[in-house]
Amino acid sequence: MTVLMKPRMSTRHRRSIPASLIAGAVIVGLVIIAALVSFIWTPFDPTITTTDRLLSPSGEHFLGTDALGRDVFSQLLVGARTTLYVGIISVGFAAIIGVPLGILSAAGPRWLGELIMRFIDLLLAFPALLLAIIFGAAFGTSTFSAMMAIGIATAPAFARLARSGALQVLSTEYVLAARIARRGELDIAVRHVLPNILGMLIVQASVCYGVAVLAESGLSFLGFGTPPPTPTWGRMLQEAQAIMFTNPMLVVWPAVCIVVAVLGFNLLGDGLRDRFDPKMEDNR
Amino acid sequence: MNADEPMIAIRGVTRDYGRTGRVVHALKGIDLDIYHGERFGIVGESGSGKSTLIRLIAGLDTPTSGVVKFEGKRVSGVPERKLDFLRSQLQYVFQDPMSSLDPRMRIRSIIAEPLIAEHHPDPESRVMELLQAVGLPASAADRFPHQFSGGQRQRISIARALAPNPSLLIADEPVSALDVSVRAQILNLLNELVDAFALTLVFVSHDLSVVRYLCERVAVMYRGDLIEVGETDHIYSDSAQPYTRSLIEAVPRLDNALAGVTARELAARMEAPQQASA
Repeated sequence: MTVLMKPRMSTRHRRSIPASLIAGAVIVGLVIIAALVSFIWTPFDPTITTTDRLLSPSGEHFLGTDALGRDVFSQLLVGARTTLYVGIISVGFAAIIGVPLGILSAAGPRWLGELIMRFIDLLLAFPALLLAIIFGAAFGTSTFSAMMAIGIATAPAFARLARSGALQVLSTEYVLAARIARRGELDIAVRHVLPNILGMLIVQASVCYGVAVLAESGLSFLGFGTPPPTPTWGRMLQEAQAIMFTNPMLVVWPAVCIVVAVLGFNLLGDGLRDRFDPKMEDNR
Repeated sequence: MNADEPMIAIRGVTRDYGRTGRVVHALKGIDLDIYHGERFGIVGESGSGKSTLIRLIAGLDTPTSGVVKFEGKRVSGVPERKLDFLRSQLQYVFQDPMSSLDPRMRIRSIIAEPLIAEHHPDPESRVMELLQAVGLPASAADRFPHQFSGGQRQRISIARALAPNPSLLIADEPVSALDVSVRAQILNLLNELVDAFALTLVFVSHDLSVVRYLCERVAVMYRGDLIEVGETDHIYSDSAQPYTRSLIEAVPRLDNALAGVTARELAARMEAPQQASA
């Protein structure tokens, strides 16, 4: 069984970096750069409306202006910020809820594990969109309620992954050795289980990030996300749809940004999986 | 402590796996005493219940019936948090040195792990001491398990087991996952360390020749029963049990090979007495 371990360990260093990892890293890097640049410089203030409405792209306005005379390029830059921010918080929130629950369900007594997993199944039944609408109605529409909704909807994926990983780690002899060494369950979870499933969790986080970006754009589009005037790609799309047939490019820019960013995170996740995912059976 | 009192006393121990209908009787009523300072071997083919037996001794499993006692105190059926008296005395070397070492931990932390529970004042120098005792360089402490060969990993595993100064070392087939060429080294190391630290050794193997090298007394197990217990040399030279004889016969030997006995014929010899006794 552990004969499988050797080739994996020795080939890890030799294996070439997957193309998807490079492509994903480049795209994600661009989104991050755009967000960082927006803090120190944007061509125009993206929240100020002017009378220069619906201008075509020019040297001054790289991608033109929208129906309220705001610079599209500046809005896209600042929108990248929202995208990253919402993704980090919601995926982080999902991991913070999901991972401990998953490990607890694997390490705890059987009845507790079953209880937790049924609760997770229950969460899974709520789509992110419905949760966001409920949260929006209950706490008011805000970036925060959108992030919580996406986070809670993503948490089951983390919980299930953490549980399956933890179950495998807990069945290994090094955990048995730790028990013989009188380590407590919490120590085993923190020192043995978590480091050994971290690789899988990072891969999962990257994939979930793409989903979260998409969900946030969808929520903004429907008006349940970040409220105006903070620019988001989803709301730019929604505002442009009314004049889509006269000014199609106003739809194209944010749409391309969303698609490329989501693609980037998915590629990154795939690439990380190809390169780093410790195939769980190897852990035995 | 009374020297005549057994360190480990096993009385009428059975262990069944599975639920009603398809129950597997892994152990069928074992009585066994292991004494202080002894080197005790347990041999048997796979599925004979030897691993189950030592897991019961180590308090990692609970017998279906019967009692396991360590130095007069009950081990079987006692919750983990009350097993401190056992955990501080007993250590375990696993069969597979890859899966028994956490791949994400440095050797330093692996070896120091049993020291945490006993609040060792200076784990760092203890780790260095242990590395030296098992014949590894001090630089090994900063590396990860996959950077070592199988034999070296088993040395690390042994160092971890010795860290808390146990009085009883249980070794579950510690050399069967290793290349033949490094087996002897690890056996010699165990041999030296058991002497140096005055350990009681319980050594499990399917290989009689390995047990013969290390152990003074041996128990032969077959399908959940103890067939025979006695001095290793005695059992080796004139065992009355046909199964034991067949185990001894099954060890590949030069004279057998020269006489043209093939592995298949050896296997057939193994089968014959088993059918007779079954």
